Amino acid sequence: MIPERLITVAVLAGLAGVALWALAMDTPFTITLATRAAIFALAAVGLNIALGIGGLVSLGHAVFFGLGGYAMGILAYHAQTYTTLDLGPLSIAGSKSMPLIWLVAVVASALAALLIGLLSLRTSGVYFIMITLAFGQMFYYFAISWSTYGGEDGLSIYVRNGFPGLNTLDPIQFFGLCFVLLCLALLVFARLRAAPFGLALNAARQVPARVETVGLSPLRLKLVAFVISGAITGLAGALFADLNRFVSPTMFSWQLSGELIVLIVIGGVGRLTGPVIGACLFVLLEHWLGAMTEFWHVWLGVILLGIVLFARGGIVGLLTGKAGPHV
Amino acid sequence: MKKLMMSAAALALAATGAAAEVKVGMITTLSGGGAGLGIDVRDGFMLAIEQSGRSDIEVVIEDDQQKPDIAVQLSDKMIQSEKVDVMTGIIWSNLAMAVVPGAVAQGKFYLSPNAGPSALAGKGCNPNYFNVAWQNDNLHEAAGAYANSAGYKNSFILAPNYPAGQDALTGYKRFYEGALAGELYTQLGQTDYAAEIAQIRASGADSVFFFLPGGMGISFLKQYADSGVGLPVVGPAFSFDQGILQAVGPAALGVVNTSQWSKDLDNAANVAFVESFQAKYGRLPSLYASQGFDTANLLISAVEKADVSDADAFREALRAADFASTRGAFRFGPNHHPIQNIYAREVIQEGDVFTNKVIGVALEDHADAYAAECKM
Amino acid sequence: MSGILIAEQILNGLQSGVMLFLMAAGLTLIFGVMGLINLAHGSLYMVGAFAAAWVAGATGSFGLALIAALAGAALAGVLIEVLVIRRLYRAAHLDQVLATFALILIFSEGTRYVFGSFPLFLDVPGALSGPVTLPGGIQYPLYRLTLIGVGLLVALFLWWLTARTRIGIQIRAGENDREMIAALGVDISKLYTLVFALGAALAGLAGAFVGAIQSVQVGMGEPVLILAFVVIVIGGIGSIKGAFVGALLVGLTDTLGGIFLPQVFKLFMAPDVATQTGSALASMAIYIVMSLVLIWRPSGLFGARA
Repeated sequence: MIPERLITVAVLAGLAGVALWALAMDTPFTITLATRAAIFALAAVGLNIALGIGGLVSLGHAVFFGLGGYAMGILAYHAQTYTTLDLGPLSIAGSKSMPLIWLVAVVASALAALLIGLLSLRTSGVYFIMITLAFGQMFYYFAISWSTYGGEDGLSIYVRNGFPGLNTLDPIQFFGLCFVLLCLALLVFARLRAAPFGLALNAARQVPARVETVGLSPLRLKLVAFVISGAITGLAGALFADLNRFVSPTMFSWQLSGELIVLIVIGGVGRLTGPVIGACLFVLLEHWLGAMTEFWHVWLGVILLGIVLFARGGIVGLLTGKAGPHV
Repeated sequence: MKKLMMSAAALALAATGAAAEVKVGMITTLSGGGAGLGIDVRDGFMLAIEQSGRSDIEVVIEDDQQKPDIAVQLSDKMIQSEKVDVMTGIIWSNLAMAVVPGAVAQGKFYLSPNAGPSALAGKGCNPNYFNVAWQNDNLHEAAGAYANSAGYKNSFILAPNYPAGQDALTGYKRFYEGALAGELYTQLGQTDYAAEIAQIRASGADSVFFFLPGGMGISFLKQYADSGVGLPVVGPAFSFDQGILQAVGPAALGVVNTSQWSKDLDNAANVAFVESFQAKYGRLPSLYASQGFDTANLLISAVEKADVSDADAFREALRAADFASTRGAFRFGPNHHPIQNIYAREVIQEGDVFTNKVIGVALEDHADAYAAECKM
Repeated sequence: MSGILIAEQILNGLQSGVMLFLMAAGLTLIFGVMGLINLAHGSLYMVGAFAAAWVAGATGSFGLALIAALAGAALAGVLIEVLVIRRLYRAAHLDQVLATFALILIFSEGTRYVFGSFPLFLDVPGALSGPVTLPGGIQYPLYRLTLIGVGLLVALFLWWLTARTRIGIQIRAGENDREMIAALGVDISKLYTLVFALGAALAGLAGAFVGAIQSVQVGMGEPVLILAFVVIVIGGIGSIKGAFVGALLVGLTDTLGGIFLPQVFKLFMAPDVATQTGSALASMAIYIVMSLVLIWRPSGLFGARA
């Protein structure tokens, strides 16, 4: 059986390799696909902190993905129309600078995660799944009726935002940015999982009572995990909006929350590279099956069923021969 | 260097006298609940290509699943890897807003077979963007004009709470001269209208205008007919197209709706279209199928006149709109949106089949309200 | 706003509530007895509506259509229970969510493959069409009135089934201790299949009833599924009484919110802004209610303490 570390290296090298190969072959669309996979992977790495380590099945992570997207959309919209964003007495100019947009996306998602976490973590199990879904629906319906920023039509940003020293319109350079952020997020995940915080969080998932007896608060552990998780997914949302140069309420939809979970389960819950493998496979399936048949959702469904019923632990579980944590 | 080689190859091709290939990228909705519309556009479009007998037009078709982010991704694919010259196919306004500005900014032509958001007709218009269907407000404006001519003085109006819904009510009010008994925004995707119908009943209205596309319209009409309110109803053609009329059934009989096309329009192009569509696909064409068919014929007319690699000449050829439209007279306004008649149709029953019959012209040679804002 | 209009809106809220109850009852029963989160419950609703529309189209009889909906949905339920669901009872919630999400994909596109992309036709039966006049002068569609009656009858039947019959005792015992009732000689796997088929049949029945006044199309199940989940979470998962109360609460909130919120906003806002803001808030209303209930009682109104 293959050690997890080797899988990590192989997967990341593979993803970067595909992008570089596409560059050499001059097929920029393949780079776009690889970028899409990297961004979905980033969002799912975020969710994996809450879901994989903390055992929090959040069916509302699209909230953070969408907030990140709208942080980008709103700032770039004001920069593009030379208007200011008025928040009561505060008047903010828009921006087309990625680092600033990312900061806003991360802070906004973290704040939302704090609020949603505080309210939702009072519940557990199915109730938690459903209350996170409810928050997702609230944001979704709000975004649809909020006509200032396009409502259901969404917002188009005509030129991709800039990053100092890079030409982000070049597909490979934008891929590079997303890839580096993905690697950083993986590093955060690995460190968190091995740190005392991660161990305590893992214990809080399995036997909350024991964590409490050693003087730690399971609720606080879970809340911190949820906030970090939301912030990373928010960052991915900002990147996704920049990839498409477009944001719309579908980024808040419950189907998107479901897809993020699907990515993680395909790859392996709580595994470092689970989300990355899941995202790559999902993008591949979407692209290939979609080209082959109008009814590709049927086959996607069959493959998902197969993984749930016969490959517990996902692809990483299959490769390493160890089942993942039970959530 | 690479670019140089490619243009050299193009020169060589032109020198040998081979007809220039035109590659068309069609992004449309072929799966999920809204698939019926995309399938009709595709079938209408491909029928025209087939009838033209041309082998130099290649069409690449992809399914956007009615998701804007998928549509953007497909558009990147069409432009970056398929290297298409012309794009078309999008059904929904929000998807069009996501795809069209980027595509035309990269020098592609976009021919819209359905969506006509106001942003692309006014300030956001573009020389390479042509709408072959209507500007979104047009059919609603015609409904307002029809309401005047039918003598309605107190309308109750409703639409879903999203941009196209808000445009619909604005469009109706732009032409309608009477008073409003009530104005309601419903939830997008709403399936039960009992509450709204109760308000209509209590409002003292003399007529109802609604814009509820797809399944929403089916639900509303069935429930409205069952409620016994019985006020006359007028709406745009979207809730009365051939695809969904059968699902509404007798509840739609007698309802007046506005459309730029109808299957009984008496012109040679339309008679031939309706007959050949039915022969090929075994069902009656819808308004979406006619739009797809017209879009393809516009493209073919331009390909006959100009080479797509000469963008200026090709644009002029498109602007001329020199093709036999299924709706009769058809020309483009200064913002590349149609100037055309919009008809009032009534839902009738022919044997087992529910369909529409033209009862008059609601607006003659109608252009959209945004053309003045367009500078190109 | 007149009293008649308010009364009519309350009837509308009740009607949408009792139809939601048919969906939610099956969902909550399946969760309570087997511990299963079934996202595919909305697909069974769709199967019921399609079966009914198909049979009504072929025979013209609404009665036969209802039987077809019950039978079709129950059959589909038994099929997926035996093939897929059975393997998920001991699995984690996450696996259940994922597997039943996969079933939604298969059902939706499979239905589209068989019936095509256009909505089907299903109409209110002739004898029940049109409005009747209620005391106080309210004009109300007879069909919707019938639905309220049927929904209440089903609620009564479920109460009788769980409280007064042998099967009901087994179901309630199964919720508490599945090993024990297996040890007492009850064929637990047969019981599970039966409960699942019952839940499926109720969903199919709701699909057929509602399909007659709405649009019978692919994807019709998902919005109802989410509402039904909101209902059982508000009511407390596993509790039929909770599902009933939750369904009425959601039905009334959804219906009355859409009417009254814009009116309330008009008191202190410009009319068109008020209409838009009110409608936006109305579409979020049930989710806000649900969060408030869960923050107040984390296991729902009638749920067992977690």
